[in-house]
Amino acid sequence: MLTDSELQAIWLTVRLASIVTLILLLIGTPIAWWLARTKSCWKGPVGAVVALPLVLPPSVLGFYLLLAMGPYGPVGQLTEALGLGRLPFTFWGLVVASVFYSLPFMVQPLQSAFEGIGERPLEVAATLRASPIDAFFTVAMPLAAPGFLTAAILTFAHTVGEFGVVLMIGGNLPGVTRVASVQIYDHVEAMEYASAHRLSAVMLVFSFFVLLVLYAWRPGAKKGA
Amino acid sequence: MLRKTLFAFTLVTSALACADEVKVAVAANFTAPMQKIAADFEKDTGHKVQLAFGSTGKLYAQISNGAPFEILLAADDTTPAKLEKEGTGVAGSRFTYAIGKLVLWSSQPGFIDDKGDVLNKGNFKHVAIANPKLAPYGAAAIQTLTALKLLDAIQPKFVQGENIAQTHQFVATGNAELGFIALSQVMKDGKIADGSAWIVPTSLHQPILQDAILLDKGKGKTAAEALMKYLRSDPAAAVIMSFGYAL
Repeated sequence: MLTDSELQAIWLTVRLASIVTLILLLIGTPIAWWLARTKSCWKGPVGAVVALPLVLPPSVLGFYLLLAMGPYGPVGQLTEALGLGRLPFTFWGLVVASVFYSLPFMVQPLQSAFEGIGERPLEVAATLRASPIDAFFTVAMPLAAPGFLTAAILTFAHTVGEFGVVLMIGGNLPGVTRVASVQIYDHVEAMEYASAHRLSAVMLVFSFFVLLVLYAWRPGAKKGA
Repeated sequence: MLRKTLFAFTLVTSALACADEVKVAVAANFTAPMQKIAADFEKDTGHKVQLAFGSTGKLYAQISNGAPFEILLAADDTTPAKLEKEGTGVAGSRFTYAIGKLVLWSSQPGFIDDKGDVLNKGNFKHVAIANPKLAPYGAAAIQTLTALKLLDAIQPKFVQGENIAQTHQFVATGNAELGFIALSQVMKDGKIADGSAWIVPTSLHQPILQDAILLDKGKGKTAAEALMKYLRSDPAAAVIMSFGYAL
């Protein structure tokens, strides 16, 4: 039913979304924890920067990334100095771009989950001689589990749905940067509607089932995150 | 507040009603010359011109699906012919407004020699081309590399722009060391403004005949018909040639 190039695009999309979700779990958790608990005057500015990708058009992000990652940009010069080459037109370039692009979808649900725990459980943990790190892993994380699941689902789904940034820095390379959304766009532009329909339908069904399965299994769904 | 809003609304709608406006879909390679021509045309006639840019393939898809354009300036001659056959374009209104020139361009001075030998050297990671399915300049780039028997060697280094403007952007930002674009994109005041370039001999690819066609929605509209005529005038021809096109 699906051609090889379509399967390749779907697999690439899934790989991108999974890697981005994992990376953001690692980066987003400490940011969200800090945002939820800090009384620093930096809370406002950091929160605003994290939320920027919600407001910025993908074209702005794509444009700046293209300049920054290029041979004349600071990121491009750094990656070349490190012997990593340049990021545009590569899979890892898409990963870096998507990490920026999906950051708020990881941080914000986690932040509300952490805020929802309140001081009390952590104070109790402290009186039982749990170190702050202990308390985070044994008290805060289990209590915030629904928040983690929501954040991971949203990040994954948002990365699957990413399009504008990928179009601007990807270069449409099969198996490297031609994710499903870009391939669908390609088909539509070329009036290959039959292929566009096939791939779109797969994406629709796939997205729906991923969300359905994850929402149905969500622990504590009745209480809300 | 409400009164002010209503007043502004009336102003806007009445302005729209008076101005004779023409909506033009323009192939991305013709962006710069068309902006100049449209400005001159507006000054001369008082009509307003609204321009939309994109790859020819994309504009064709939009027009076939009812986009409100009155004129198409394509980057090839097959798309306008197809529109005429399908009845979306006005029969007999087609003409070639420019003959495009393909150029291999790099933003680094001295990177490209004037014979295009750089393609044999292969000291680059990426060659930008426009999506050949959508953009005639991309198709011409493929024909050129095929004629040079270099397609197999260069193809793994391709990065594709969705249209010729994005292709230029990949090269201009240095992310691709070189790329096949339209000469008009790097021409300023009759010469190539910066970087280095090889103007691809027209013998290496089929001529890029860029045709204009009056679309159904522009039939009988004064502004649209005036612009079709203006495109064939001497002042328009002078602008078109100054951007490196032939006529």
